Amino acid sequence: MSTTELVSMPAAPPRPSAGAPRPYRFPHFVTRILSNGLRVMVASVPAYPVVTTLAVVEAGATRDPRDQEGLAQLVTRGLSEGTRNMNALELTTRLEMLGTTLDTGADWDSAIVQLTALSSRVEDALAVLAEVLRYPAFPEHELERLRAERRADLAQLRTEPRGLSDVFFSRLLYERASRFARLAGGDERSIERLTRDAVASYHETYYRPDATALMLVGDIDVETAVRIASAHFGDWAGTAPPVTEPPAAQRHLDARVHLVHKADAPQSEVRVGHVAIPRFHPDYFPVVVMNAILGGLFSSRLNLNLREQHAYTYGAHSAFDWRRAASPFEISTAVETAVTADALREIMAELTRIRETPVSEAELSLAVSYLVGVFPIRFETTAEVAGGMANVEIFRLPSNYFDTYRERVAAVTADDVLRVARTHLDPSRLQVVVVGDASAIREPVAALGLGPITVYDPLDDDRADAV
Amino acid sequence: MHIPVESYHLPNGLHVVLSEDHTAPIVAVNLWYHVGSANERLDRTGFAHLFEHMLFQGSANVEANEHFELVQRAGGTLNGSTWLDRTNYYETLPSHQLALALWLEADRMGRMLPAMTQHKLDTQRDVVKNERRWSVDNQPYGTWWERLPALAFPEEHPFNHSLIGSMEHLSDASLDDVADFFRTYYTPDNAVLTVAGDFDRTETVRLITSYFGEIPRGAPRPPLRDMTVPPTMGNTRREVIPDAVALPRLFVACRTPVFGTDGYYAASLAGAVLGMRTGCRLEQSLVRRQRIASQASAFTYDLAKGSDLLVIDATAHAGVSAEQLEAAVLAELDAMVAHGVTENEVTRARALIETSFVMSMQSAAERADQLSRFTTYFGDPTLINTQVARYAATTAADVSRLARERLGADNRVLLVYVPAEEPPAEAAAVLAEAMA
Repeated sequence: MSTTELVSMPAAPPRPSAGAPRPYRFPHFVTRILSNGLRVMVASVPAYPVVTTLAVVEAGATRDPRDQEGLAQLVTRGLSEGTRNMNALELTTRLEMLGTTLDTGADWDSAIVQLTALSSRVEDALAVLAEVLRYPAFPEHELERLRAERRADLAQLRTEPRGLSDVFFSRLLYERASRFARLAGGDERSIERLTRDAVASYHETYYRPDATALMLVGDIDVETAVRIASAHFGDWAGTAPPVTEPPAAQRHLDARVHLVHKADAPQSEVRVGHVAIPRFHPDYFPVVVMNAILGGLFSSRLNLNLREQHAYTYGAHSAFDWRRAASPFEISTAVETAVTADALREIMAELTRIRETPVSEAELSLAVSYLVGVFPIRFETTAEVAGGMANVEIFRLPSNYFDTYRERVAAVTADDVLRVARTHLDPSRLQVVVVGDASAIREPVAALGLGPITVYDPLDDDRADAV
Repeated sequence: MHIPVESYHLPNGLHVVLSEDHTAPIVAVNLWYHVGSANERLDRTGFAHLFEHMLFQGSANVEANEHFELVQRAGGTLNGSTWLDRTNYYETLPSHQLALALWLEADRMGRMLPAMTQHKLDTQRDVVKNERRWSVDNQPYGTWWERLPALAFPEEHPFNHSLIGSMEHLSDASLDDVADFFRTYYTPDNAVLTVAGDFDRTETVRLITSYFGEIPRGAPRPPLRDMTVPPTMGNTRREVIPDAVALPRLFVACRTPVFGTDGYYAASLAGAVLGMRTGCRLEQSLVRRQRIASQASAFTYDLAKGSDLLVIDATAHAGVSAEQLEAAVLAELDAMVAHGVTENEVTRARALIETSFVMSMQSAAERADQLSRFTTYFGDPTLINTQVARYAATTAADVSRLARERLGADNRVLLVYVPAEEPPAEAAAVLAEAMA
């Protein structure tokens, strides 16, 4: 760069300081419990002319019977396939002419059925949502197609390194008796057992008003929302059995390495972690701050180390896959094949470091101020607010959870971070899963001494279960 | 719904767009530079995107990666993205942190080069190569988004080459290239700055003038190579790609009118009638009735120059061959060409598009990005408030005519992925060796 160009470069104004923060609170919501036990939760957020309606039902994959894995998810997909008085096409047409689409799905703890419609169409849309939740037809013809689509998804998974690493990691993590050791959506064997009778009986048992919470969020007032919810759900009857949590112990109590072989893979998909704490836990806030510093933020230790310092990867992250039972802690990245062992060594070094010395004041304040500051940005849309309210229900959080969230994050200290890193991260039982070229990476990975190594074929799930 | 819009130019040519909304204490800052992979030299494919990475490596008063840290410390989210004909950079922050985002964007627009070093370039080059491996090379079907434009646009057309670029060209990129690209394209007169959300107008105008006002206008930019292409491709071209995939998958692209024209809205609706959500033709026919596809959808690229593309994407059902899939998809296209669309189909498509649009406008970042888009392409941010009406004014007859003129066999490229035949004995031997 020449001197003349430096001269022509405009002088920089000083770096600005922040103004005064404006107050924010999570949208106020009102909870009304109907006489049948249905919880109706309403937040009036009139900024844009839309309303999100979201039903959360205690009908997650943890309620799948043994050997019928995938049932909860098949039920949610089957909900859109017609009701007592509309076939699948009529149902789709009715919703889409209203400009909306039904989104359904089940994770481990619950099933969610939601739609967002212009506020002028909310009552028509809610009427369809009620019909779908209460009177699904589950036509055999459509269920057969959904099972075939699941088989296609599974076939695709075997060739997809990211999905494959997630599948192997989640399957190998938990004890064999745990529901979590089998795929949430089921495998080729289990889905063959999901008959129409099983689907209908699951729905009959678990889709009950006392096991359901209905959120209405957006351009609607509380009384209108409660009135239309009562009109469409008030005469829904029945009670669901109580929820029991599945066993959730880790399968291997020693550290292990699992290599899933993909010949000539240009990258290794890496997952490293273990079973950790449940979502509702007294250490939740310090754990969230600790994870932000370790691998939650772009400026986290893992990402700065693996991406910005070593350029091994496009990105490296860590996260807790929260559920009501003991949840996985998981580091994930994809690195060039040749540096797989180097990347694992750096991951281990970061895990050691966060457990040995306190994080710096700068790291702590970055994580805390990020989590506090970004809070309102997480809840800009009606769907985001409804999703937040659903989490309060799913994880049985206190109703003032969002009102105290920021002060609880801000209260976390460097000592807390060190304590929870030592308590809740455990290198002695880390499970390492790598999907990559095993013939190229096996030796250098073995030299790290991370535990016994097992090599798998991507197609071979029996073998994964047998280990 | 009406999005408030105000816009003006600074003397150096920077187009500023302001859109106030005090619903929540959130503000979005969004900068579009009118440069993308189309502007690259043909021996530097991937450079526009590599440059986007370099813009996060600091500037005269910002250390490497400090941009990320400062915005996150302020409680904000941020990123950037590169597209064929534009590159955008954006932050969403608590509103009292607006000045920081404006200052950071101004420092890199005005003073990026002093922070550039060979080491930073080498690191980001390797990061981008890993991005390529992750998103393209190690992904089933991952090459589709560089193969499809390569088929649909003639060689040497600015949209023909790969956006993520070739490994060789990435290796060749130098610091001189960074300096040239910066001086040529990252100038205030080639940018749109949008601020959307909760801000004080007077103070924001003052800050923008103070931070961006002194940055000099750029020299005249080299014109893009000719973007003009015939409205149709003249025939059906077809490429078969054996890949490490489980199921055949077909992409069909047709040239369609560019973003913003009347024809674009007809093409967008044709795409929705064919392949948006569940009630569309491809889903109802291929996935549900015939059970030939396990998924099928259609969308437009929304290109504003040369030609847009309408793309159909369908994956075979297990046990269905690539030939069966192709025949079934083309039969749907032929039917639309021959018989057009119905009023009900267009009503459904319009209703879905309108709801999606209103939903997306709840996000300050999305409002800011759309305002920057209309301003970059057409110089007019108020077009954001005409979109619902543009769709409403497009009739079933318009969509049928578009289908007749643009979706026929004289205007198609087909990209067919088929499972590669792996010599099974060899694969088993490698595995046995690896397990040993």
